[in-house]
Amino acid sequence: MKLHTFSKGGVHPKEYKLSHDIATIKAELPKVAIFPLSQHIGAPAKAVVKRGDKVKVGTLIADAGGFVSAPLYSSVSGTIAKVDTAIDATGYQVPAIYINVEGDDWEDAIDRSATLETLANHPELDAEEIIKRVKNAGVTGMGGAGFPTHVKLMPPKDTSAECVIINAVECEPYITSDYRLMMEHADEIVVGVELLMKAVSVDKAYIGIEENKPEAITLMSEKTAANGRIKVVPLKQKYPQGGEKQLVEAVTGRQVPAPPALPVHVGAIVQNVGTAFAVYQAVMKKKPLFERYTTVTGRQIDHPCNFLARMGTPFSQLIEACGGMPEGDNKVLAGGPMMGKAVISLDVPVCKGTNSITVLSGADARRKQSEPCIRCGKCVSVCPMGLEPYLIATFSSLQRFDELEKESITNCISCGSCQYTCPAHRPLLDNIVQGKAVVMEMIKSRNKK
Amino acid sequence: MNFILIAVITLGAIALASAIVLYVVSKRFAVEEDPRIGEVLEVLPGANCGGCGFAGCSGMAGALVKGADNGSIDGLNCPVGGPEVMGHVADLLEMTAASVDPMVAVVRCNGTCENRSRVAEYDGVRTCKAMHMSGAGETGCGFGCLGCGDCVEACQFDAIHINPDTMLPEVDEEKCTSCGACVKACPRTIIELRQKGDNNRRIYVQCVNKDKGPVARKACSVACIACSKCLKVCEFDAITIENNLSYIDFEKCTLCSKCVDLCPTGSIVKVNFPVTESISSVKEIKEAIQ
Repeated sequence: MKLHTFSKGGVHPKEYKLSHDIATIKAELPKVAIFPLSQHIGAPAKAVVKRGDKVKVGTLIADAGGFVSAPLYSSVSGTIAKVDTAIDATGYQVPAIYINVEGDDWEDAIDRSATLETLANHPELDAEEIIKRVKNAGVTGMGGAGFPTHVKLMPPKDTSAECVIINAVECEPYITSDYRLMMEHADEIVVGVELLMKAVSVDKAYIGIEENKPEAITLMSEKTAANGRIKVVPLKQKYPQGGEKQLVEAVTGRQVPAPPALPVHVGAIVQNVGTAFAVYQAVMKKKPLFERYTTVTGRQIDHPCNFLARMGTPFSQLIEACGGMPEGDNKVLAGGPMMGKAVISLDVPVCKGTNSITVLSGADARRKQSEPCIRCGKCVSVCPMGLEPYLIATFSSLQRFDELEKESITNCISCGSCQYTCPAHRPLLDNIVQGKAVVMEMIKSRNKK
Repeated sequence: MNFILIAVITLGAIALASAIVLYVVSKRFAVEEDPRIGEVLEVLPGANCGGCGFAGCSGMAGALVKGADNGSIDGLNCPVGGPEVMGHVADLLEMTAASVDPMVAVVRCNGTCENRSRVAEYDGVRTCKAMHMSGAGETGCGFGCLGCGDCVEACQFDAIHINPDTMLPEVDEEKCTSCGACVKACPRTIIELRQKGDNNRRIYVQCVNKDKGPVARKACSVACIACSKCLKVCEFDAITIENNLSYIDFEKCTLCSKCVDLCPTGSIVKVNFPVTESISSVKEIKEAIQ
């Protein structure tokens, strides 16, 4: 079998998929659930509840704040304790809703049965209706970035979608939540993919899965065999294959041009496998997005697990359920070790984009002493975007922003392959991220004029 | 012999032609520069710090001369040179310089290791900008000083240093020229230019935390919790509270110190005031004399 992959760069970090074979556990309900109002890219949601209001599981608690935004639904039943601020993954205080949990009382509209609804049973669903339901259910990208899904399903008018690509790559080490989701809900995912195809009116879909998940490849191939329009594409194992542009190239062989071009400019609409499942639940089961699969993992963790966790559950509770924090200094990441965000508090709640909570021991996490660049060019050879990381990192630390723009810093996808591979342990990504932010701001203000 | 002659003649001819071209161009396209600009530039400190709002001293000199032609140099001030240099410039341009109150950079954070405990360790590039971008930093306060010294880097006058005990920057009032480089360098706008004040005495809120009271207090024991006590006690309308943070307008403040005594967290501070002696300390003085 020929394995596809993207052409430029890439690294292969050690996998550590510790929770690979562990069936998903339903996480216990938290005592207090916290919902930051901005869990997606775009305008924050606007709270529509106030202190003392009673809510059920699936009650709207915050409405979308604009077109590129998503509403927020309660994941628990209980009383609104306050609308205040809470610490989020960055460590800053952000507006949030607190709910005191009482019982587990669901909204009546939600279909909680396990019966599989297929498109054939629901001829009334047209593209518009699907997008409407996805939008109202607050579905956002489940892979981590959290772009509102309905926006992605309405591509710009000058583009035409040809296929849907489902991102089931899970190329980051440690994380297994997407894999477990596929093993446990393959049928629902296939219907979800069909819904996505219908929403953007295409008749082709690919599910990209890396070769280190052969069971998932076999299972998804079996489930999609009857359909014929959905094809499972086994991919060679390489980080950052889960990056949108890398995946499009791996699957279709087409390269997405430099920003502001989107994958849809080469005919592809990329959605995470978790998003496909959320779309199924939103459209067929009328269940808004309020719980998700998330992996809690780490080599020092006693029982690495996959959880079906309600949003708003604090990290501390999930880590406790896995046997608690290991002794000594630890680094806790919201996400995987490559792109995850280190948190400074375990009160941070699970959000729509929390695909994993990774706990690294201090010794594993601590950076090594940075040494001078030896011009070995390793960072250049692993950069999946074909950039010269050593150069742009240097320009960035010297604040030479015009040169940075010329070196296409805005193409950087912050995958961290350069920093991972650097034998001198230089903080390449730290510098690049800073420079990129300034250059993006520069371009934005110039376009305004 | 012949070759050498040809070479000399050819090069000589080229040189002559070029000289003529250069001469014509320099006469024809000469840029008339006001001689006063050069004179003013001589007087300015030449630090090119940008404190006046121009890219460098020559920009400022040009603006001053232009201002003089238009009849006023108000609003133009060299903070580094101060009244002395501005006086010279004004004499040179036969104008009068508006008197500008001297300013000084003030660090509005007192999050020392005792006051604000470290909850995490930052392991990335040690600049404030990088740390600010990666998250709230090593403490629970998302507004306070990060202590990596971007301000120290920015200062051309060696006037700001990180105190190793507190890990906070301290301004040397003697050396500070109020050029504002540190203000621009700080990603959290903690440093502010404030009036030096009478006898160098100043009262200000030494906190920039905009979180609600309990959150701010949890992160730092000397945070402003926006309790409004200072707002109520101030008779001069100098205090405003916005976004859970108190601010003292130095233009209106009369240095009466009432707010300082009342602040429950001690986030309002006064500097360079004579130490007021309570009875116990008078006793101590007597004991010392004996």
